Amino acid sequence: MNELIHISVENQVGESHQLAIPTDINLSLMEVLKASEYDILATCGGMALCATCHIQVIDGAEQLAPLTEAELDMLDTLPDAAGNSRLSCQIRMSPALDGLKIRIFGNN
Amino acid sequence: MNKTMITTDICIIGAGPVGLFAIFEAGLLKMRCHLIDVLPQVGGQLSEIYPHKPIYDIPGYPAVQAQQLVDNLMKQIEPFNPSFTLGERVESLERQPDGSYHIGSNEGTVIHAQVIVIAAGLGSFEPRKPEIPGLAAFEGKGISYMVRNPETFRDKRIVIAGGGDSALDWTIFLSDIAAEVTLVHRSDSFRGAPDSAEKVFSLGNTGKIRLLLQSQLSSVHGNGKLSHVGITGKDRTEYRLETDALIPLFGLSPKLGPIADWGLTIDRSAIAVDTVDYSTAVERIYAIGDINTYPGKLKLILCGFHEAALMAQSAFRYVHPDERLSFKYTTVNGINAF
Repeated sequence: MNELIHISVENQVGESHQLAIPTDINLSLMEVLKASEYDILATCGGMALCATCHIQVIDGAEQLAPLTEAELDMLDTLPDAAGNSRLSCQIRMSPALDGLKIRIFGNN
Repeated sequence: MNKTMITTDICIIGAGPVGLFAIFEAGLLKMRCHLIDVLPQVGGQLSEIYPHKPIYDIPGYPAVQAQQLVDNLMKQIEPFNPSFTLGERVESLERQPDGSYHIGSNEGTVIHAQVIVIAAGLGSFEPRKPEIPGLAAFEGKGISYMVRNPETFRDKRIVIAGGGDSALDWTIFLSDIAAEVTLVHRSDSFRGAPDSAEKVFSLGNTGKIRLLLQSQLSSVHGNGKLSHVGITGKDRTEYRLETDALIPLFGLSPKLGPIADWGLTIDRSAIAVDTVDYSTAVERIYAIGDINTYPGKLKLILCGFHEAALMAQSAFRYVHPDERLSFKYTTVNGINAF
């Protein structure tokens, strides 16, 4: 088995790319985005503290695990969060994410 | 403002685990340390954010609770008699003619040190600002990001933006003081403490406050001083609201703060260092722990401990320029307390 998870990522300037990620990667979406050299800070390293890995889910929100309390609390304080906002550090990569479409929102 | 002058060998900015352990490594080399941290207690993230979480990658501890590690570090550095300035934020840096530094805090404390070690972790947590054009022009002229003295809002018309605990708490508190309170929140529910949310809804229902839900703060206006804010509702049309003050309360986000202006090399919000001794681009200033960056950097407490040890060996030459440094093991020499 060598299946891939395909994710469509739109960066801060509106360019879209497809990522193909091994199913056994065992990283968060934030870590995948950083490793793919997207321009996100992820200052706090995945503790839902800084919101610099803020993304919006364009397509496939129902494929994601529900938001955690920490994530909801942080999103609630953001001035620019929308209903489809998530923190990419709180999303674990899994085969269920195949076909997901996101837009990167976080910056400095 | 208290004008206190503290003299020490090394001023450590940040009292997290790495800043604390730096005192131990410096102490072994007979260098005294003073620590300053914006938080009111030592321990940094460990004490502030996850005191009860177990940490599994501290050598020699299969698992240790974050606060326990901080307590142990405090015990470990006790022989070196460190001093602390807590609850104050480092604001200024002044190089002295002899190469040493004066570090000033927001409360007027001045620390005179031969060497500065920045162990500030994520940085200091500062108010998150909404991206609204022209916002900065009204800071201090109607816009404030925290409530320092509620009395300044007495009989004023105020707009609070945000939906977290502090937005709720200040809305409730200021509703008794201000002439008029408007709370703007982007959703139609609050995730803050249920009691506070209920209170805010009831204040809204009785007309004591104006509650604008599913609304966003979208613009600010005024002539030298804030006079109106623009609010955009669910229908996406903007209307203006007259106000004397705006308090955006969108939580805190970690920032480098004034340290960013010290001439250090900053790479993606981290301080670039030389891995020989974790020195920065500025002489006598070191950066250790999560705040620094170098090829292969890992943000781990144990890496910060290592960085502290190498920093101390290098800083010795500035603190004791006339002495020769000889490397000693604690197993041979023990710990010679101050």
